[in-house]
Amino acid sequence: MISLAGRDILHAWGKFVFTGLGLGLLIGVTLSMAGIYRGMVDDAEVLLDTSGADLWVVQRDTLGPHAESSSLQDDLYRGILTLPGVARAANVTYLTMQVGQGERDRRAMVVGVVPGGPGEPGQPRFLVAGRHLTRGHYEAVADLATGFQMGEQVRIRRNLYTVVGLTRRAVSSGGDPMIFIPLKDAQEAQFLKDNDAIVHQRQRTLANPQLNRPGQPGVLAAVLATQTESSAVNAILVRVTPGADVDAVAADIRRWKRLGVHTRAEMNEILQAKLIATSARQIFMFLVILSVVSAAIVAFIIYTLTLGKIREIAVLKLIGTRNRTIAAMILWQALGLGAIGFMVGKIAASLWAPVFPKYVLLLPGDAARGFAIVMLICTLASLIAIRAALRVDPAEAIGG
Amino acid sequence: MVEARIPPDHAAPGDQDHRDGPGRPGIHRAPGAGISAGAGFPAGVLGNPELPGIGATHGIRIEGLRKRFGAGDTAVDALKGVDLAVAPGEVIGLIGPSGSGKSTLLKCLGAVIEPSGGRMTLGEEVIYDEGWRIPDRRALRRDKIGFVFQAPYLIPFLDVTDNVALPLMLAGQANGLARDQARELLSALDVSHRARALPAHLSGGEQQRVAIARALANRPPVILADEPTAPLDSERALGVIRLLNQMARQYQTAVIVVTHDEKIIPTFRRLYHIRDGRTQEEVGEGRTLAG
Repeated sequence: MISLAGRDILHAWGKFVFTGLGLGLLIGVTLSMAGIYRGMVDDAEVLLDTSGADLWVVQRDTLGPHAESSSLQDDLYRGILTLPGVARAANVTYLTMQVGQGERDRRAMVVGVVPGGPGEPGQPRFLVAGRHLTRGHYEAVADLATGFQMGEQVRIRRNLYTVVGLTRRAVSSGGDPMIFIPLKDAQEAQFLKDNDAIVHQRQRTLANPQLNRPGQPGVLAAVLATQTESSAVNAILVRVTPGADVDAVAADIRRWKRLGVHTRAEMNEILQAKLIATSARQIFMFLVILSVVSAAIVAFIIYTLTLGKIREIAVLKLIGTRNRTIAAMILWQALGLGAIGFMVGKIAASLWAPVFPKYVLLLPGDAARGFAIVMLICTLASLIAIRAALRVDPAEAIGG
Repeated sequence: MVEARIPPDHAAPGDQDHRDGPGRPGIHRAPGAGISAGAGFPAGVLGNPELPGIGATHGIRIEGLRKRFGAGDTAVDALKGVDLAVAPGEVIGLIGPSGSGKSTLLKCLGAVIEPSGGRMTLGEEVIYDEGWRIPDRRALRRDKIGFVFQAPYLIPFLDVTDNVALPLMLAGQANGLARDQARELLSALDVSHRARALPAHLSGGEQQRVAIARALANRPPVILADEPTAPLDSERALGVIRLLNQMARQYQTAVIVVTHDEKIIPTFRRLYHIRDGRTQEEVGEGRTLAG
């Protein structure tokens, strides 16, 4: 038996191809939405990978530097280093801000890390050019997505930093590319005020009789010092010794240092279930709506094509064509339309994914699932047309 | 050109005395024929051994066919006891005014709708006798009945060969064999040169030839032609009737042509006039169809 659906598609290929193109663009958007979600999850994974930590020590009762504000004294890491099972511990600060690039500025997450080699917690794990941060001030390692080149100057607050290294896929949970600078500079950048603000604050402090007491000049000096310096960090990144029980080390830190500690799994949970959960739900809603719209389009197109063939279907039935042959013809046409649409959608999504400002990760597994869902939607969408075709009376082919 | 001429020995004698009222020019009632309300054949068929259909081993005959739509007070009797017989190789005309029951009769004959009573025989096989004897009406239509419509209604996305081969393929014939047989039929109908063309690229006459070839594909004992010449001019209309006669003889198929077309009515040797749900057999001129 010849393929009636295939012949019909070949006969009206223009109609099918153009409809498939339209449907394909819709499927491309759907795949891209899924890719954006995957990209967000991957960004979260990369963020944790980049830090190179086994444990994140944060302010007690907070969820850590990426989800909530966390402030720790920068000397706490020394005590943590003394605990059994701790191999390395390093302070880190995170600050999302606008950084200057010549006349322009761009959004980035500035990460303050302890200068050192690649093994230092918080330092980027790999570089694509240059070297890691080794000096205490005014140098930076930038993610390629920031657009900075080697040797270029990055303006953060009032200071300029020279790019000495470039890395890749170092992004915040929000997708902003990272710029790594020395910890001290980052601490200063977090709390650095402009000169007028400093002068006004000093004047207010001087005018406060509680702080500016006669005969006690040391109090005023100490207060002024605390107002212009920062000894706070957002978190301490801890790497445990090989073979050490991560949970046991985390429990020791909680017990003896009275600090909040999150393991890698917990940080993952915080990032995925709390930070990007709302975005994921938003994307899921878009996926549902796009799927319904796709189904409606396929159903409408197939139904319209079927209604245009009522007389032919009546003739086919009259000359003895089985209902299942007619149903298969319509089903295959719907599946053909879905296949064309999926191919167009996959190609379109692959072409435009790199143009997106945020990372879009198109996984082969998602594509396979997408194809199965498109085929399922097309099958369901064809049911209306099949029902209409099966209700056609063969007598319609006979006049009168 | 092919000449399809009805043998004179089959033509009914022209008897002006038996003209049925105002009648149609050249149409005469067969001796003994009349409106039959009963289950028996019209006398013109059953009683006259010179007419085809008598003693035929193939072809179609119906006796006392009835069809009622609705029930109770709103019931309408579309067919009130139709008798009709067509011999193998014979082409008969079925005429009648609008609403007389032509389409209903055609749908009953085509196993599209179920009659309310009566008996239908295809060849030796009783297909309906107060109920379908062959429960699979789809298979019945596929294997034993060919259809030619007012418009060709070819499947637009199949080429000419596949349009003709489709009924064979539906019957389970292998594609290659079906196409071979289709090409033979197309050759017989003189459209083999358009075998690869799509229907949209054919002329009206060529499309109707292909439609006839499709109707003949499964070598059905009966072909039902519903106004097959309506959209055609006189020359083409006569060409189609000539072709139906030729194919009917060649393939020993009984052909029933439902028509309003005054141009072709004189070409039938036998006519059934349906009026108020009953048939009346008439003898036509059986005018020679010179090609």
